Amino acid sequence: MRFIIVSGPPSAGKTAVMIHTIRHLLKDGIKVAACKIDCLKTSDDDNYRALGIPVAVGLSEYLCPDHFFAANLEEIYAWGSYHGAEILILETAGLCHRCAPAVQGCQSICVIDNLSGIDTPQKVGPMLSTADVVLISKGDVVSQAEREVFRQRVEMANPDAAVLSVNGLNGQGSLKLKKIIMESASVNRIEGQELRCSMPAAICSYCTGETMIGSSYQMGNVKKVDFGKFEKMRSKEPLPSSDV
Amino acid sequence: MIDSISVIGGKDKDGAAEAIPLLDIRAGEILAVVGTTGSGKSMLIADIEQWADGETPSQRRILINQMPAGEFADDRVLRGMAAEVSQNMNFVMDMSVKDFLNLHACSRHLEQAEMLAEQVLNYANRLSGEPIGSQDKLTVLSGGQSRALMVADVALISDAPVVLLDELENAGIDRLAALKGLALQNKIVVLVTHDPMLALLADRRVVMKNGGMFKLHSTTPEEKLLLKKLEQSNRQISFWREQLRLGFTVNEEALKQY
Repeated sequence: MRFIIVSGPPSAGKTAVMIHTIRHLLKDGIKVAACKIDCLKTSDDDNYRALGIPVAVGLSEYLCPDHFFAANLEEIYAWGSYHGAEILILETAGLCHRCAPAVQGCQSICVIDNLSGIDTPQKVGPMLSTADVVLISKGDVVSQAEREVFRQRVEMANPDAAVLSVNGLNGQGSLKLKKIIMESASVNRIEGQELRCSMPAAICSYCTGETMIGSSYQMGNVKKVDFGKFEKMRSKEPLPSSDV
Repeated sequence: MIDSISVIGGKDKDGAAEAIPLLDIRAGEILAVVGTTGSGKSMLIADIEQWADGETPSQRRILINQMPAGEFADDRVLRGMAAEVSQNMNFVMDMSVKDFLNLHACSRHLEQAEMLAEQVLNYANRLSGEPIGSQDKLTVLSGGQSRALMVADVALISDAPVVLLDELENAGIDRLAALKGLALQNKIVVLVTHDPMLALLADRRVVMKNGGMFKLHSTTPEEKLLLKKLEQSNRQISFWREQLRLGFTVNEEALKQY
């Protein structure tokens, strides 16, 4: 089974592009299953279901979605295998920009759009820099110059990725993406594969439901902003220590 | 260096083979793409833009100098070969015109970026009715100013050998000047148009129907003569337009003065 992990900022066009791509795969008689991981709510599963393929949804709810994602990969893989999928698409949403869902042995696809601003390729962080394939959407509504500059920024952030222009509305680029997916390797076992980028640690009082503001309510792994030496010297009271 | 591109016909919307099985376009040529709405004009441009190799819905294949585009191993070289200006495009970056042109020139590793930026601005100002300032913000430019800047930028900074123009006529710029400026530089210009003047200014025009290339015409000498008449009527319409835009009333007297 090929395990394809799709990520990207909200509204970049992840679902739209994947729907077009899955249609091409289904036309070739390939068995596809899709799983969507999100935080609180999603309706994307309806779009996938409309294709007539097995669909699963995982909501992280009160948990960090990144950790929730990693903790469920084995089960999602088993679910895809159970349905006899040759290609399992896992679309992630709500992951923070410190995170990357890329896993060794799985093809990782990051979708970002031309409208999101020139600094986005740098801001998106490891989600983009660890991807095998970067899809750039919404190129039809910005100038040629902006496309070129944006793409160059993407290539600076991830020189090794295959970079592809796509259009989620009319499916432009989705046949090429299908080809790239078909060329990727199968993964026989997800257990024992490694995340390409470690996840942020966060075991503090807020993780366990604390809602009050102030140092006296904080315990565990807490990091404070460093305002610099100058600021510290000027302030009458010493700022709270940044020690853990 | 691109001497020619070729479009190998695929299928129309009904899956039938296209009436034009092969379309060669040579450097320095302007090819117009005409046809009714939904006839497949933009799709043809999109196929060229992405160097289709049978994998798009039309199943067309694009050759560069008679070679399949897929044989140009380096995707990054291939990508720089076509540049596009379409009716749907907007500037979305929050930057001054000057900074942006510099940034674009630098992203293409061009030398003397500042000088080039100035040339683009001058050319854009020749095309645009309203002057564009180098400190103007990109996002506040009018539709006409934006399109003029896009054309100038595509011609001078992107400097792609293949230029694709999608319905420039709505842009409010001196489109004839834009087109002549582009074609002079020995580029391949493919333009989708509903404008009879632009269609006849082209050397040839391909007619689209039901998603397929349906007919191919060379502009006849007679059409070139008729184009002169059309340009005359157009000047008259432009005069009327300007009168109304500047707040004058139109009457017999004003028309006589013209």
